[in-house]
Formats: sequence, structure tokens, C-alpha cells
Amino acid sequence: MILFWLILIPFLGGMLCWHSERWGEQAPRWIALATMLFVLAVSVVLWAGGDFSAYGTGERPWLLEWRVPWIPRFGIEIHLALDGLSLILIALTGFLGALAVLCSWKEIVERVGFFHLNLLFVLGGVVGVFLALDLLLFFLFWEVMLVPMYFLIALWGHSGSPGQTRIRAATRFFIYTQASGLLMLVAILALVFVHYTSSGEITFSYDALLNADVPDNLSFWIMLGFFIAFAVKLPVVPFHGWLPDAHAQAPTAGSVDLAGILLKTAAYGMLRFAIPLFPEQSQAFAPVAMALGVVGIIYGAVLACGQQDIKRLIAYASISHMGFVLIAVYSGSELAIQGAIVLMVAHAFSSAALFILSGQLFERIHTRDMRRMGGLWGRIPVLPGVTLFFLAASLGMPATANFLGEFMVLFGTFRSAPVVVVIASAGLVLGAIYSLLMMQRVHFGREQQPGLLAGPDVREYGMMLALIGLTLAVGLNPQPLLDTTASMVRPVADLFMAGPVRAGGMN
Amino acid sequence: MMMAATLLSFLLPLAGAIVLGFSGGRLGPRASAAIGVGSVGLAALATAWALLTFSGDSQGFTLWTWVSVGEFQPTMGVVVDRLSLVMMSIITGVGFLIHLFAVWYMVGDAGITRFYAWMNLFVFSMLVLVLADNLLLLFLGWEGVGLCSYGLIGYYYQNEANGRAAFKAFIVTRTGDVFLALGLFLIFVELGTLDIGLVLEQAPRVWAEGSVTANLAALLVLGGALGKSAQVPLHTWLPDAMAGPTPVSALIHAATMVTAGVYLIARLNGLFLLAPDVMWLVGIIGALSLLLAAFAALAQTDIKRVLAYSTMSQIGYMFLALGVGAFDAAIFHLMTHAFFKALLFLSAGAVIISCHHEQDLSRLGGLWRKLPVAYAGFLAGGASLVALPLVTAGFFSKDEILWQAMASGHYGLFAAGLTGAVLTGLYTVRLILGIFHGQPRSDHARHPRPGTSPLRHHLPLAILAVLSTFVGAWLYPGLEVVFPPRPDDATNAGHTLFQFLATGAVLAGLALAGWLFLARRRWLDAKVGRGLGARLWILFNRAWGFDALFDRTLVRPWQTLVRVLRFDFINLGMNLPAVIARLCNAGLVRSQDGQLRTYAKVMVFGATVILVGLVMTQGGGA
Repeated sequence: MILFWLILIPFLGGMLCWHSERWGEQAPRWIALATMLFVLAVSVVLWAGGDFSAYGTGERPWLLEWRVPWIPRFGIEIHLALDGLSLILIALTGFLGALAVLCSWKEIVERVGFFHLNLLFVLGGVVGVFLALDLLLFFLFWEVMLVPMYFLIALWGHSGSPGQTRIRAATRFFIYTQASGLLMLVAILALVFVHYTSSGEITFSYDALLNADVPDNLSFWIMLGFFIAFAVKLPVVPFHGWLPDAHAQAPTAGSVDLAGILLKTAAYGMLRFAIPLFPEQSQAFAPVAMALGVVGIIYGAVLACGQQDIKRLIAYASISHMGFVLIAVYSGSELAIQGAIVLMVAHAFSSAALFILSGQLFERIHTRDMRRMGGLWGRIPVLPGVTLFFLAASLGMPATANFLGEFMVLFGTFRSAPVVVVIASAGLVLGAIYSLLMMQRVHFGREQQPGLLAGPDVREYGMMLALIGLTLAVGLNPQPLLDTTASMVRPVADLFMAGPVRAGGMN
Repeated sequence: MMMAATLLSFLLPLAGAIVLGFSGGRLGPRASAAIGVGSVGLAALATAWALLTFSGDSQGFTLWTWVSVGEFQPTMGVVVDRLSLVMMSIITGVGFLIHLFAVWYMVGDAGITRFYAWMNLFVFSMLVLVLADNLLLLFLGWEGVGLCSYGLIGYYYQNEANGRAAFKAFIVTRTGDVFLALGLFLIFVELGTLDIGLVLEQAPRVWAEGSVTANLAALLVLGGALGKSAQVPLHTWLPDAMAGPTPVSALIHAATMVTAGVYLIARLNGLFLLAPDVMWLVGIIGALSLLLAAFAALAQTDIKRVLAYSTMSQIGYMFLALGVGAFDAAIFHLMTHAFFKALLFLSAGAVIISCHHEQDLSRLGGLWRKLPVAYAGFLAGGASLVALPLVTAGFFSKDEILWQAMASGHYGLFAAGLTGAVLTGLYTVRLILGIFHGQPRSDHARHPRPGTSPLRHHLPLAILAVLSTFVGAWLYPGLEVVFPPRPDDATNAGHTLFQFLATGAVLAGLALAGWLFLARRRWLDAKVGRGLGARLWILFNRAWGFDALFDRTLVRPWQTLVRVLRFDFINLGMNLPAVIARLCNAGLVRSQDGQLRTYAKVMVFGATVILVGLVMTQGGGA
């Protein structure tokens, strides 16, 4: 039941926010903050009290489970379940959700109630995605994330140059994800029907479909349907077109949630659904997926170097980082998948921080164009140093969580696919190039205008300190996190081990 | 006891860095300097304490397990042995003197808190690098020093050129670091551990001497060492790195960070001994670097750039020593070099500040009477740099390197080393004469403001000057127990001949320099001014054109690639469905023009087509 409340609370909070507008402008903010902190607190309590040592898929695969029939005729249930990975990601959702509320405290001044309604609906949908086990329910939440996000971008976004309006970006985001969602729905239905023909039972249940007997010629296509749906969200080059626009045009809170959480639903979907449902096909497909990951790393990094807009730069950098995640997910190595989870958490912190920082910068100098910046180190207290910290994290400086994530991915993948690792490692240099280019253009150099700008206030300071602390904590002592997810990751890695031995990945 | 001292030695600078870094401008310049210098001073005391209580055996200490996933179990652990103690002493001892001098050098600078925060963080990272008991933690220190180097090179951030220099330094060394990272991946996959002790133990069991994998692993590690230690071909960042404040150049780009590559190879000696081909390459690269850099140092006009190339050249000697298996000699030279090069840089800093930030040789001159302390520093450091026989520290360490090279039968490397000794004499004499003798060539040089503070200015220079003499050489404990046997253990033949040769080369270099720069100055200037001489000057001045080469083969193609891809072609391809939809839309819209006659025409045309079609198919059916 607690799982159900975890999902419901954000939606209820969202409704309350909308109505609370009449009680004052601040009311929705406090309610939204309280809601997200509640989600965070519940997940932390669950984490503190949970026992994650159980080796998954055995007697007690889930830490918590809740299932009630929904549409029994079609075997559809409300089946929610929580394990280490979902717990970590829900805690992350709560934390970044709170940050998203905090960072829009002064940025959003119009329709505050409706804004927070949308924000909380997105987050509620995300929590649902991380908990749903019934495939139709999963699809439902997958779609629920989408609509409020569209409104966030379309109503509170920034319009860039002509032709780059927020409406356009929102529409593009919508079409990409909607099309991919359709693909996933088709794949889910195909899987259900195949299972029906072989067993005579119609069900959307995860457990039942895990053992579905799918003919070889079909299974590959169904797997591909799932993969593409998730690949669009991750995003994997060439399906990345929506991301830079959406990021550039979204309000800060939207960017924080997009980069911090929404992208993670894709990797989660791969680990939870695409690979366990189709282990052999995934394994056969792994070289392609890894190649796409490598392309994403290099391509994203090259494009990041060519951007003038700070938020676009961070967006392309995200594409590059998610390439590492994709490689890891398909490496079949426990170390690499664990690294991918660390990297997901790390990227959530660092990209959220960079988006918040660029939002704070925008509030001060009213531009995101790096050609109009420079020399800000001397003009703004504290913020440039914080920016350098998170850029260092983003380029994989040891002691930050990002380093550990990337290196665990590379260490883990090296055994099965050394060539992939060698090429991906080039991303480490390219990552340094775009990160330091940004530092160089924004904060170093001659001051473009004289005059001191305001330093961070308590709210901004607090957000940054929390993010710095967490990035270092995970980077220096990730073991609590790794222990939490181990029981989920090992079976996924074993799926690859069990299948036919793959020869050297790509080479 | 010793472990407590060791922990203190690196935690104190870290604490200093944290306090300074998070002070947010609330600390005044005096407080910042006190914290910055104090933390490193205490770290030096802690190191001394660790030295006194050191039992002779290596001792380890694990703080916590960093990550534990399957075999992958790097720890946060330190190990102290003679080698790390020598490095610690250099880092904290020389580091403290440089921090102290920096109080004088940086006085009145607005960013002093930032300066000391970076410097303390650097000392911490460097200590982690030399103390780490596993390669991943070593890599943490390795990258950490790189970041601090970046922050300090770009310290005067308002100037775009400094930012570029910092950027270049980071990217070039990062390129090397990626090789090191790949080396770590390979070592982990092959040996199943990253613990340095276990790696050295496992490597000979798993890899045969000269096997491909062993060679590859050593080669990848070497790549990292080349970047950090500014050896050919990853050396181009070092001269530009002189954009940072001079104490930074002394600490990071002379005494400690740039020698990290030497430390790394010495630390992993067992791995390199399994890869004789890579060892040979190490020696060749060392010889090449020392010669190329020595020639380049001859034709620089900026005193810091002369010293930068000189540093690269001296590290070349260390690599040469590593290449012939004389690890002990390499570390010996690393230590004496830290003393005399720090002294030279600090003296250069004294000159630069005294002369109102003038560091161009062509605008200095005639300063020896007005800046006696700096002059003395340059003389002591320079003598040690050219390895003046018997009285200087540099003599003993360089002598050792050359002797080992000869004893091991690498006569080519030995000859390169001797040539380098002559060149060292040449550029050192040119540098000292250019700064201190002749006529002052600018107002800045005519009216210098000599440093007067005995504690912050004289003391660090004096101590380093003493260490640059034979006293410094005495301090070296000898690391025979840490390293595999030296090349000369089997033989002592030819040692006398060698000593004549080495001493002769040094004296010849000095004599040649004296003759050229004092007696034949005009002739020399005329020669350099035109024809072949001018061309050589340009070649040396641009350090053999590596920058231009990389610019043309790497930087510009990269920039073109970025420019071409900026508009995201792959994404444009994804717009194809949208384009098709729009085309269809345009076509169909045209059919709806609202004119009755068009509709009638289309209707008639359509009906005809259908009828004809029906008739045809009917006909076909019949």
C-alpha cells in the first residue's frame, strides 16, 4: 500500500498546488516542496530499514510488492514492486523534485499553481514508471510523464532565436516520445498476444511474460520495439533530436527533471524490461547497442564543443554521458552495470547542478549565449567556483561520482569489448574539452561588463552545497548505493553470462 | 605513530584547501596566507615525524574500501616505504618553502585565497599520488594534480592567453591520462587487481618477459607518464604553463607534478622490467626530450620559458635513467632537480617581481649588484643545473645517471646525455648572463625593487641554495632496497674514464658558453641575426615546431569537425518524416482550391480513370 501512496502523493500534491494558488503565491511552492520531501523521506526510510542482501529472483525478489486486479478480463493488474534500483531512483526523484521546486522559486511567477501541478504530475509519473511491473501500467505511467512535461516546456519555457520557439521544442519533444511510446505499446501488445497464443492466457504481468515462449523471428522485432522506445528517451543517437531543443527551451526545473530523472527512466526500462524479457536477443543485439553508445559518446561530445548556448552544451554533454550508460547496460558485466547506476546518479546531480547554475546565471545576466559572457569569475562570488566543481565532475574528475561511474563502466566492459572501451575513452578527453571550453568562455577572460553581480542567496547556496556533498559522497564511498542495487544487477548480468558466449563484443 | 604522521601530512593540506575554498572571500589576505602556508608547514613537520619513526619496512594503512564489486576492490589505502617518503619529503619540504616564498611573491594580489586553496589542494593530491597503495587512488591524485595545475596556470584569468594555456595543459595531459586509464583497465582485466604491491607480484607470474600484453600495459602507462612529465611528444603544454604565477611554476611545473611520471614508472618498475622494448623506448624518449628541450632552451627570450625547457630536459635525464634500469638514479635526480629547479624558479620570481613583472631577457640585464640574493640563488641553482663537479647536488645525481647509462652499455643514450650536459652549460650561462650582467636594457631593469623580507624572501632561497650544493646530495637515502639491481652492479670497469668524460663535458660546456657569450658576443649576435643562424634560432625558439604540427594535424581538423557538425546532421535526417508530411500537405492543399471547375475536372478525370480501369480488368478477365 505504501507503494501506491508513493505514486498517489505527488498527484494529490499537484492538485492541491493548483487549488492553493488562491491562498497565496507561495502556497503552491511550499506544498510542492513538502510533497517531494515526503517522497524523499519515505524512500530514505525504506532504504534505511530495507534488507538488500537477498540475491534477486529467488524466494523474495522484491522489497515491497502490491498487486490488485485492475481489468481482470485482460489480465491487467495494478502491480507495483520495489527493489534496490527502483528505490534509489525514487529517492533521486524525490531529491531532484525538491531541487526543481527550489530552483523555480523565483524563476516562475506566472500560473504558479498550475506549474507545480505539472511538475508534480511529471514526478508522479516517474515514480509510477519506477514502480509499475504490469506492462500496461508501466506504459500508462510512461505516457503520464509526457503530457505535463509538454506543458512545462510550452507554457513556462524560454523562446530562443526565431524558429527555435518553446512551442516548437515542446511539440518536437512530444512527437518523439509519443512515437516511441506507440512503438512500445505495439511491442507490449505483440508480446502479450504471442504469449496468449502459446499459453492461452491473456496477461500483462511481468512475471508471466518473463517466461513467455516467443518465436525467434518475432522476438527480435519485439525486443527492438522496446529498445527504440527506451533509446529515444535515453537518448541514443540518432534519436536525440528532441533533447537539446527541449533542454534549451525548458524552464530550469524542466531541464533539471529531464536530465536528472526522465533520461534515467530509459536506462531503468532497459534493465527492468528490455533485457530480462529478451535476454538472448539483447545479447545478440549488444554489439549494435554498444556501437550506438560509442557513437553517442563521441558525437554528443563533438556537438557539445560547438554550442554557443550553455544549456544546449549541457544537453549534448548529457547525450555523451548516456552513451556510457548504454554501453554498460549491454555489456553484461556486473561491474559495468553497477557503474552505469553510479553514473546515472552522478549525472543526475552534476547535470541538475549545471542546469541550475545556468538558470542562476540567466537570472543575473539574462542570456544563455556564451559569446556574450566572459570574465564572470571576478563578477559573481562563489558561483564560478561551484561551476568549476561540477564541470570537473562532468569531465570525470576522480573523487566525484561521475568518475567512478564512468570508470566502473569502462573497467567492467573492457573484458568483453576492449575496442568499445578504447574508443569510448576518447570521450574522456572530449569531455574535458567541452567542459573547460565552457569554463573558459563563461568565467575566464576579460570582463564584458563592469560591476559586481549578486552572489548566491541561502536557497541557492543550500542547493549547491547539497549537490556538491552528494557528488563527493557517492564518489568516495559508493558502497551503500552499490549494495542496494547489487541484488537487482547481478541477475541482469547473469542473463548475459548464461547465454551463448559472445566473442569480444565488436571486434 | 608513523601512520598517524602520514595521515596528518596529507589531511592537513586538504583541510587547508577546504577551509580556504569554502571561505567565500571572508578571509583576509593575511589569514589566507597563514592557513595556506601553515597547513603545508605542519604537513612538512608531520613528514619529518614520519621519517623519524620509519622502521625501514613498508607499512600500509587502509582507510576504507572504495568500491567492492566482484574482483574490483580498490581501497582508500596508503602505503609508506622509502620511495614514498622521499617523495613526501620533497613535496612537503620544498612545497613549504615555495608556499612561504609565495607570501612575498603574491603580496597585494586580490585572489590570494584562491591561490592558496589551489596550492594546498595540489599538495594534498600530490601526496595522495605518491602514497596510494592502488592504481585507482593513484589516478585520483594524478588527475587531482592536473586539475590544480589547470586552476593555477589560469590563475590570472582575465587574460585570455592564460586561460588558453591552462586549457592546453589540461587537455594534453588528459590525453596522456587516457592512455594511463587504458593501462589500468588492461592491468585489472589481466591481473585481477589494482593494488600496486599485488600488481608487481602478479605481473611476472602472468606475463612472460617481453610478452605482447606486458609490453602493451607498460606502453599505456608510459603514455600517461609522458603527458604528465612533459616528454616528447606530449610536452607542448609545459612552456605555455609558465603563464601561472612563478611559485606555481616552481612547485608544480618543476619540483613535483611534472616528475610524477618518473615516480609512476619507478613505482611500477617490475612491470616495466617485463617489457624491455618499452624500457628501451623510455630511454629513447628521455634522450630525445633532453636534447630537443636543451636546444629549445638556447633560443628563448622569456626567462621562465628557458627554465621550462630546462625542466623538460632534466626530466629527460630521469627518463633516460629509467630507460636503462637505473630507477635509483632517476629518483636521486628527481630530488636534486626539485631543489635546484625550485631555487631557480623562485630566484626568477624574485627577479620578476623586483623588476615590475619584467621577464623578457632582452629587457633585463645588469642586475647582479642590485639583486644580490636572487643572483646568489641563480648562481647556486645554475651551478647545480649544469652539474658543476663535486660542489653541487646536480653533479652527483646526473653523474650517477650517465654512469649507469654507460655501465648498462647504452652508449647512444650516454652520448646524448653528455651532449645535453654541454648544452645545459650553454643555456644556463646565457640565462644568468642575460639577467644579471651587461647593461640594463629597460627602465624596469634599471630601477628594481629588491626583496627585503628575510623570512619570506631570503630564507626559502637560502635553504634551497644550500640544498642545491653537495649537501642536498648527502640527504639522499639511497633506494637500492626498493628497486631492482642497478646496471652497474656487475661492473666497475671504465668508471675513471667516465668521470673524466662527464667532468670534461660540463667544463667544456661552460668554457664554450663563456667564450661564446663573453668573448664572441657580437659575432654570435650577427650569426643569429641572418641566414642559417636565424633559421636555427626560429627552429629552436619554436621548439622544433611541435606546436605548429599539432595545430595543423589535430587542432584545426578538430575545429573544422566541430564547425561542420554544429548543426547536427544526424538529427536533420530524423526530420525527414516531417519534411515528407509537409510535402504531402502542400500537394494536397493545392487540390483544395475552392473552385467548382477544378473539382468537376478532378471528378470527371477520376471517374474516367476508374471506368477505364474497370474496363481493362474486365477485358483482362475475359
